[in-house]
Amino acid sequence: MNLVAAARPTDWDRMLPALWESLGETLYMVGVSLLVALVAGLALGLALYVTRAGNLYGNRAVNIVLNVVVNIVRPIPFIIFLTAIGPLTLAVVGTTIGTDAVIVPMSIMASFAFSRLVEQNLVAVDPGVVEAARAMGASRFRVVWSVLVPEALGPLILGYTFLFIGVVDMSAMAGMIGGGGLGDFAIRFGYQRFNWEITFVAVVVIVALVQIAQGLGNLLARKVLRR
Amino acid sequence: MSEREPKIVFESATKVFRTPKGEVRAVDGVDLTIGAGEVYGVIGYSGAGKSTLVRLINALEPVTSGRVLVDGRDVHSLKESELRRARADIGMIFQQFNLLSSRTVAGNVAYPLKVAGWPRARRDARVAELLDFVGLTDKARAYPSQLSGGQKQRVGIARALATNPTILLADESTSALDPETTQDVLDIVKRVNVELGVTVVVITHEMEVVKYVCDRVAVMEGGRVVEHGDVYDVFARPQHAATRRFVGTALRDRPSPAALARLRRRHPGRIVTVGVREDGGASGELTRALRDHPVDGTVIYGGITEIAERPYGSLTLELAGEDAAIAAFLADLGRTTTVLDLGTAAHPLTDPDAVGPRAPKGASA
Repeated sequence: MNLVAAARPTDWDRMLPALWESLGETLYMVGVSLLVALVAGLALGLALYVTRAGNLYGNRAVNIVLNVVVNIVRPIPFIIFLTAIGPLTLAVVGTTIGTDAVIVPMSIMASFAFSRLVEQNLVAVDPGVVEAARAMGASRFRVVWSVLVPEALGPLILGYTFLFIGVVDMSAMAGMIGGGGLGDFAIRFGYQRFNWEITFVAVVVIVALVQIAQGLGNLLARKVLRR
Repeated sequence: MSEREPKIVFESATKVFRTPKGEVRAVDGVDLTIGAGEVYGVIGYSGAGKSTLVRLINALEPVTSGRVLVDGRDVHSLKESELRRARADIGMIFQQFNLLSSRTVAGNVAYPLKVAGWPRARRDARVAELLDFVGLTDKARAYPSQLSGGQKQRVGIARALATNPTILLADESTSALDPETTQDVLDIVKRVNVELGVTVVVITHEMEVVKYVCDRVAVMEGGRVVEHGDVYDVFARPQHAATRRFVGTALRDRPSPAALARLRRRHPGRIVTVGVREDGGASGELTRALRDHPVDGTVIYGGITEIAERPYGSLTLELAGEDAAIAAFLADLGRTTTVLDLGTAAHPLTDPDAVGPRAPKGASA
């Protein structure tokens, strides 16, 4: 008799509620982080772009500072970042463990990641269009929201979808500080108990989640890029 | 040309770009007056500074020194908010059209109106009017990517005219278009000038464009205006080498060095190029001179066209006769027109302003 066959059949009556709860935690962590990243990452990405030399608010000093900050944070492995910013997390949400505590590092990391995606997609916008809008008397701020963002919207949506997957990946490490979620569920009930069935189910749920998000992103981007 | 009210005045306008390789004087002390209601051409090869010059008019580029007056106001001393209002009075079209790809044709034309704060209803009416003017009413809901180059530029023109500007800047606006479409777009530019009374500044490297739409022209090279004035005067009597090259390139009336080398093989005698202009040296004058002197002339190359609706060009002839007779003939002709002596196959002389393919190595030219 082998080990798998020897294991007791999975008690889904007990496991299913735990699975749903984990899914809820994942959606909560990912959702809040993505929302924060949408605002903060977009702002930071726009700042990275417009402060480049020769751009709307070209400012070498500011641009260098922003780049250095982003470059310092981005390469830190998330599992280390999660614990390393403990003091900040404590200051923001009053605790360093649990789901809310995970959201702080996740939001920060997601914002920095998104800022680079935003910057990259804005660089691809034809500078001639910006010049045309300026020639028509549009203010610099107006050019940002009425030209730059709409012109890059399709790629921005795809970038945001890409970010979603990265954030789901980050959320799998939430278990480290008691944050729960599907990743934690797979490790605790699946991996640590040699229950491949549980692991497999958790993976399927995550894959389904990502597929839905990617499908939605593609659909939206296609609508925007119909031109 | 009757005196016009000055619309745009450059006073020692200078623009210096600092690059890692040092300073580049893109516009170098330009003094120029563009009159209200005229179509003014600025012609030059790429890098001559003409695109920078035109961007000084709407202050897309700040001047390094000097002044640029539009309707008597120095645009470079305006505050940002005043400048934005001033820009609504200066439309601009571009080589690459620069349409907003995320907006429809109507959306593109409506954009400057939104910027200027027009209410929705007036905006819609104005957009319809403009699309009718450029003949694109049926494309209102199309996206720029669904249009041809000519249609895109027409949208660009409609957009540039939206806020009823009194100035239109056309920056190489036909350089990305085929000849036929270029004609269509230039016809609209003419209409903008004639029907709406808009002052137009046309930036181009194509003499055909200047010939077709401009009243006056400035020739730029190395950031300076090397020659300017009435289109016919400038091109019929080019003083500067750059101008002569533009004329030669557009007309192809003078043999290129390679063509001259081929001509010499068939015509070893004395070859001269005679200018043809309305005020003398017209072909009649040439015929008379040939009749008066014991010289035979065979036309072997040439071209005559119109500049500003007046004839212009040159004919290249092989002359046969006594040396003294030829000399007398050339002196006679030289009193009414320009004569360029190209020598003989045995003693060739070169045309310093020749354009086109060079002669193969070893061939005399």
